[in-house]
Amino acid sequence: MTETPVISCKNVWKIFGPDPAAYIKQMPQDHSFDAIRADGYIAGVKDVSIEVGRGEMLVIMGLSGSGKSTLVRCFSRLHDITGGTIEVEGQDIMQLSEKELIELRRNKMGMVFQSFGLLPHRTVLENVAFPLEMRGQDKHERRARAMEVVKLVGLEGREEYFPRELSGGQQQRVGIARSLAIEPDIWFLDEPFSALDPLIRREMQDEFLRLQDMLGKTIVFITHDFDEALRLADRIAIMKDGAVEQCDTPDQIVLHPATEYVRKFTEEIDKARVVHAGVLASPDNKGEGEPVDAGATIQELAKLLVHDTRDVIPVAKQGQVIGGMERQAGLTILLETG
Amino acid sequence: MADATEVHGNISPGFGGLSRSKAALVLVAVAVALTLLRYAGLLPDALFRVPEAMVPPFAIWLDAIFNFVKDDLGLLAVTRTLTEGLEWILDATANLLFGKRRWPNLGPIPWTSIAAVAAVIGYYLGGWRMALLAGGTFVWTALIGQWKIAMETMSVLVVAAPLAFVIGLTLGILAWRKPWVNRALKPILSVLQTLPFFTYLLPAVIFFKVGPTAGAVATTIYAIPPMILMTTLGLQKVSPEVVEAGEMSGCSRWQLLRHVYIPSARTEILVGVNQVIMLCLAMVVLTAFIGMPGLGAKLLAMMGSFKLGRSFEIGVTIVLLAVTLDRMSKAWVVKQPEHFEKGTPWWKRHLTLVLAVGLFVFFIIVSQFVEVAATIGRKQNFSQGKEIDTLIKGFLNIDAVKAVTGFLRAFLNVQVLIPFRNFLLSIPTPALILLVTAFALWLGGRKQAILAAVFFSLVALSGWWDRSVITLYSVISAVALAMIIGLPLGIWAARTERWSKRILLVCDTAQTFPSFVYLIPAIMLFGITDIAVIFSILIFAMVPLTRYTIEGLRSVPEEMTEAADMSGATRMQKLINVQLPLALPTMAVGFNQAIMFAFFMVIIAAFIGTQDLGQELQRTLAGTDLGKNFVLGICVSLMALTFDLTILKWASDQKKALGLGD
Ligand SMILES: Nc1ncnc2c1ncn2[C@@H]1O[C@H](COP(=O)(O)OP(=O)(O)OP(=O)(O)O)[C@@H](O)[C@H]1O
Ligand SMILES: [Mg+2]
Repeated sequence: MTETPVISCKNVWKIFGPDPAAYIKQMPQDHSFDAIRADGYIAGVKDVSIEVGRGEMLVIMGLSGSGKSTLVRCFSRLHDITGGTIEVEGQDIMQLSEKELIELRRNKMGMVFQSFGLLPHRTVLENVAFPLEMRGQDKHERRARAMEVVKLVGLEGREEYFPRELSGGQQQRVGIARSLAIEPDIWFLDEPFSALDPLIRREMQDEFLRLQDMLGKTIVFITHDFDEALRLADRIAIMKDGAVEQCDTPDQIVLHPATEYVRKFTEEIDKARVVHAGVLASPDNKGEGEPVDAGATIQELAKLLVHDTRDVIPVAKQGQVIGGMERQAGLTILLETG
Repeated sequence: MADATEVHGNISPGFGGLSRSKAALVLVAVAVALTLLRYAGLLPDALFRVPEAMVPPFAIWLDAIFNFVKDDLGLLAVTRTLTEGLEWILDATANLLFGKRRWPNLGPIPWTSIAAVAAVIGYYLGGWRMALLAGGTFVWTALIGQWKIAMETMSVLVVAAPLAFVIGLTLGILAWRKPWVNRALKPILSVLQTLPFFTYLLPAVIFFKVGPTAGAVATTIYAIPPMILMTTLGLQKVSPEVVEAGEMSGCSRWQLLRHVYIPSARTEILVGVNQVIMLCLAMVVLTAFIGMPGLGAKLLAMMGSFKLGRSFEIGVTIVLLAVTLDRMSKAWVVKQPEHFEKGTPWWKRHLTLVLAVGLFVFFIIVSQFVEVAATIGRKQNFSQGKEIDTLIKGFLNIDAVKAVTGFLRAFLNVQVLIPFRNFLLSIPTPALILLVTAFALWLGGRKQAILAAVFFSLVALSGWWDRSVITLYSVISAVALAMIIGLPLGIWAARTERWSKRILLVCDTAQTFPSFVYLIPAIMLFGITDIAVIFSILIFAMVPLTRYTIEGLRSVPEEMTEAADMSGATRMQKLINVQLPLALPTMAVGFNQAIMFAFFMVIIAAFIGTQDLGQELQRTLAGTDLGKNFVLGICVSLMALTFDLTILKWASDQKKALGLGD
């Protein structure tokens, strides 16, 4: 990636406790999470360095309490970080004045909250129009725009309801609609689909992929659901005790887990569904005959892998052969978890 | 000064290696020794009471400070300007409500219009029953012939309550934003809440002229503290994620407060509104003591001339108003917005508004033609004052009743109250201070003990010791009697769900009555006597005692009582060994409230004629003795605070020890 990343954070720390700023100054290097806790502090985010490129969808995963929400809150400066730097589009966000920060949020950022964060005294439509109202858009325009997104999330006909008159899933969709209203370039989603039923969930995921394709939004997405992560992610970051254990493409994470923890975390996943032919292709031996598509998963190629007789199967990307995949390697993955 | 330093000399080392209860015992022993010495005639007079010559002239000092602030700093000029503005508003509401000849010269609004609007609002908030209550209250007021005095009271209330709301909300927001404001406000608020209301009245009169303006100011100040507390509480409780959603929507600070914080804290803020209204009503009635015309003044006059029938009727009006205002504001707290289907016509969305305006105008037009719809004339009302009077007096004259009240009066006075009072008065000042300190040490702890010693020493130095002791005597005897009745009642009611609910409802309702009306039954039964004072405090203080006893007992976790049942405990054993110990912290809160209520009531009862601080306080109202007024007020406040701090500390310690949440 040659262009500057949209979000770039270096050695970011977020420590909770009585006086974090003083604490971090005197804290020894490589102090572990438990040692910090013994001192009466909690490392919400621990020495995280990560970059998110334009149009990329980064998925953050990890157990409950691992610091996912906290990290995203640091990106949007809902939390002031204790150490390190975060740059958004080249701008150090800790240096922003209150006014600049408000401008950034009004025009560039959107966020969906884990427990929705709806305003209880406003109707669905008024909740969705809220960011537009804060921007000072006139009433008719903002109602029209809010109506559009309310339709988009499938809440048409409910726009006059109050949050407490809606189900959990419906409330969550209001939260999604609200974050969409200003058409943000950068979008933070904290378990945005957790309360949705599988059908709507799938629909919303498709909608997301479509939006990202069309508008090239940069998205940071938190989820507990691996299937969801696989469908959406360009890269996955796995967190534990505030630190990022590994951040890579899904294929790499299942094929080459960086730590024992990541290996355990990904153990249950069906690798054949994750790994793509392109990843297994090596340019040294291109093989012969009909090529397979680089974007196809091993599972999709199962039949071919079993019945084919070639040792090396050529792999093509957009019609261009980029290398060969050893059939044995594919079969190993298929059988390992099948 | 001598005794004060001696007291300090006694406690500090007393902590040495001694445990708290041992140290308390030592203090008690010293106190007993001092008292016995006195009885034996061996204690010098200087140790019995602070000698006259040693009393610092607090009143004169305070007066000097007040005069400095008032004249030299020009506060009086400021308040007089404020007075003009306030007076203008009060004149306007007075014109609208009862036709005082002032701008805008439109009033009085016909009583039918006001009753109709009240009913519509009642319907909007709580359906038919509320409509009936609200409309009925105003109809009753008009028909009984008290419309004008009720509106005199209301004209101050409708100004004071919004004022208290705005000021309380603003201060509450400041206290929430700025921790130092919060720290500064906390002690001021707790003193304000224990300061007897007469102490509010005199400065109000001096700075804001006699009559409605002073009444409105005193009422406003009195009602502010709970609004501040509720606002701060509500704002602190707003869910952080809602706030973050507001921030991510690009709210500026002001927008965040206006659109996110305040609407989300709606419930607490409305509870604050409810308390503001109720305190305003209680206070505005009491402003009768500084000549504010209205329901309070009329009640005062009627009770003074022993017209029980009319007093009773006015009492009913006040109670009805209180219940209506309380229920309506509480209904507002729980009322949640409901959506309208798309395409609902405008008038249907605003049905309440349309109805209210419609009926309001309708009755104004009607009253142009029908005289009684506008005002009920002197001879047209349905007051039964004389008849009720005869009825009550007849009832009191029945031999059996007379025998009972007569016996109670004689027995309590001669056998219990007077001996107790004389005993308290016979204790040397330092000994009593030691006893109170021991009490605070035993229940509260070191900090509470030191405060108790300092507070009571100050009272001793104020030069009003005997009257303070008499005040204390009234409070203690009334609360003790209230416990004899209230606790068994509470324990009995807590046995069944049904009776708990009923008695709690009665307590809830009784708690909304302005304190003044508690004097009515007391005077009816016991005339203008000491017993009437005790009796009025007793019923006032019984309400929180009973209520918290029930709540404490009902909140004992079910597993614990079941465990007792399974261990084969009898009902009595269960009560004594399981339920009461667990309920005690909650009951202590009720006990504390009872004492605070008693301190409040004992001052009002000065009206009946007592020899305590209240009597002196009431006397200061006639003059401009601001210094003396404050010294007296602060004496009451210091005594009340001592109990407040100690008992609440004990209750919270105990709750923690038992692992019960708040
Ligand atoms: N405002 C705060 N003050 C103190 N500690 C906090 C605060 N916010 C989060 N924490 C702590 O930081 C840690 C990480 O919390 P975080 O909410 O980021 O977890 P998470 O990964 O989002 O978990 P979940 O999947 O349950 O949402 C937790 O131990 C939490 O207790
Ligand atoms: Mg989270």
